[in-house]
Amino acid sequence: MRTLGILVAALTCALLFYAMGDFPPWADPGSAAHTHVSPRYIEKTMEETSVPNAVTAVLADYRGFDTMFETTVIFAAGVVCFFILRLPKKEGPIFRRYRHTLTGMTIRVKCTRKIPPVLEEFEMIDNLWAPHDLIIKTSCRILVPFLQLFGLYVIAHGHHSPGGGFQGGVILGASMILLAISHDLRTALARMGEKVHALLCPIGVLIYAGTGALCLVLGRDFLDYGALAGILHVDPVTARSHGILIVEIGVGLAVMATMIWIYNNISSRGEYDEGL
Amino acid sequence: MSDFFSSVADYYNYLIYIVLMVIGLYAIIAKKNLVKKIVGMNIFQTAIILFYVSIGAKRGATIPIIEHGHGEAVHGAGSQAIKAAEYINPLPHVLMLTAIVVAVATLGVALALAIRVYNRYETLEEDEILAQLREK
Repeated sequence: MRTLGILVAALTCALLFYAMGDFPPWADPGSAAHTHVSPRYIEKTMEETSVPNAVTAVLADYRGFDTMFETTVIFAAGVVCFFILRLPKKEGPIFRRYRHTLTGMTIRVKCTRKIPPVLEEFEMIDNLWAPHDLIIKTSCRILVPFLQLFGLYVIAHGHHSPGGGFQGGVILGASMILLAISHDLRTALARMGEKVHALLCPIGVLIYAGTGALCLVLGRDFLDYGALAGILHVDPVTARSHGILIVEIGVGLAVMATMIWIYNNISSRGEYDEGL
Repeated sequence: MSDFFSSVADYYNYLIYIVLMVIGLYAIIAKKNLVKKIVGMNIFQTAIILFYVSIGAKRGATIPIIEHGHGEAVHGAGSQAIKAAEYINPLPHVLMLTAIVVAVATLGVALALAIRVYNRYETLEEDEILAQLREK
């Protein structure tokens, strides 16, 4: 298998090096990719959508149908992770470890599967690895709200600066994953439960597809945001800008929920009991 | 000789992407560990992303955000001043923006499958899994 792998890799390498001469040189302004449709996008984006960021305009308006199905793919990946890994709650007793917060002593208790209520002097810790690290916990706790604020800024300011639903959604998801890593999975799940992810994920896709369907109902093409002008009381060009924002919010919700959902399923191997 | 160096300078983005892609391809084919295969798949995806983004570059151009695009003055008359040569190609960036997030999502699915395989066979080595399958 190793010889075959080297052979196939060397053959592909040789073929690609042979074909390299046919590609345009790096950063050549006259290359094929720069000549047909992309100049039109750059020159017309302000006139047609009033969004200065051409990437956002192309993403959510000119190629909105493509992006809708990318969002659907992400939603499907989250659902698939859930169906592959999520286990039903097991019965029978289990050993749990508790740390006495005043003395730092750890005890091992045999109890039921149900996650017990929070005790005042005892703190439940994971069986595998749970150091008591004050610096990591405190710095992550301070960092998380600023991360979430930045994520919201990236989503909302995607029209005028690099950003949008995908990037902002990933930052929002990363903030919750950081909380789960620095504390433990139960802390993150207490803030944002499993049902919340499972609901936010399709709601995000629904906002996107629903905006498209609303345009259809109002008598224009699917995802033609100019139709929203009557509802939003603005001119059709500004309505496109607002339509892009609505769609980006949907994308952000779906991406955030999917990232957290996938992380929770993988890190706890589907048991939602102990994380990494 | 200088001809060779100038052609390398012109095509160095393709050189890097070909090397990365071949590393990924080799890992997918030849490595026996399933997680290493998944890592190889991700290196392959990174190579494709690099390829697309490097195609979007344009000499003497800036990021595809229209300058002075804020406020009301830009509607109508001001928009004629936009020249496509001053901004890089937004299209590869749009395609790769979604591809990066989809790559993370598919990585999650691949890892989930790897976890299921590990739960069942207690190993992630391909030859050991195949040996267990033959015994049955």
